[in-house]
Amino acid sequence: MGVARGHPSDTVNVLIGSSMLENYLPVLIFLGIASVLGAALVSLGFVFGPRRPDSEKLSPYECGFEAFESARMKFDVRYYLVAILFIIFDLEIAFLFPWAVSLDASGMAGMVAMAVFLLILVVGFIYEWKKGALEWD
Amino acid sequence: MFQTILFYVFAAVLVGSALGVITSRNPVHAVLFLVLAFVTSAFLWMLLEAEFLAIVLVLVYVGAVMVLFLFVVMMLDINVEAVRGGFVRYAPLGLGILAAVVVMLALLAWQKTQELNFLAPPAPAPASYDNTEVLGSVLYTQYLYPFELAAIILLVAIVAAIALTHRRRAGLKQQDVARQVAVKAADRVRIVKMPAEGQE
Repeated sequence: MGVARGHPSDTVNVLIGSSMLENYLPVLIFLGIASVLGAALVSLGFVFGPRRPDSEKLSPYECGFEAFESARMKFDVRYYLVAILFIIFDLEIAFLFPWAVSLDASGMAGMVAMAVFLLILVVGFIYEWKKGALEWD
Repeated sequence: MFQTILFYVFAAVLVGSALGVITSRNPVHAVLFLVLAFVTSAFLWMLLEAEFLAIVLVLVYVGAVMVLFLFVVMMLDINVEAVRGGFVRYAPLGLGILAAVVVMLALLAWQKTQELNFLAPPAPAPASYDNTEVLGSVLYTQYLYPFELAAIILLVAIVAAIALTHRRRAGLKQQDVARQVAVKAADRVRIVKMPAEGQE
């Protein structure tokens, strides 16, 4: 808690405590407004909306015919494969961000390090391509 | 002061959503509570000035891992009531383990706070502080070996995911573009010479 005294410009510091986190104050305000607004709208509807349930209203609705099974059904495992391959390359991208920002500091060594990193993952990419994991059928 | 209040608010939401994960009857609701838990822990990391890690937590865990959790929850199609059946039978064992964990954590926390009393809290970072740049300046040089190990682990994850879930489906009609292009008219059409009917 870096509470500064005597500086008129540091009044925000007294509130927030840290300078770097001040950059995120708009995010916090946005978050507060968004959650208050969301909660208010949902609870307004909950309080003022008429609720006259009957068995037809509460039953699952299926267009055109009688509902015949649970709406929850098993997914094909192929969705899972696509999602997990997405996560792996998502993580790869996450490693690229600090590298791109700090390339001046890490220099040629950083360049080679990232080249090796990408090369290893390209091996995996070629593997999944050749195995046909990227194709749906 | 304001930061401390924020910390307690976020920590309370985090604990509440973590309780929601294990108490909600609908597994999809449990996964959504887990999303809230991840988001609030990202806020806590942000309060620790780890901005890059906080954003990556939201990006990777909330954006991708939770999608995977939802897939798994929907793929497994668990009968929740059957899983909850042995609650009373296993409750004493669970409470015993819980008590052991709580005692260990309390001892650890007590010991750590005793040590920390001698340390001054770190000075807050200036407004120009860039957590991502600081991280990047050491990750690719000083921590090169763990970084390349991460690539190997990701490679293993690719191979494992494909080996576990990828199946060639039998009876599938597929186009082979190379064979389609390589086809010649002579392979497809046969011209037969024969006398025209109706004459002679």
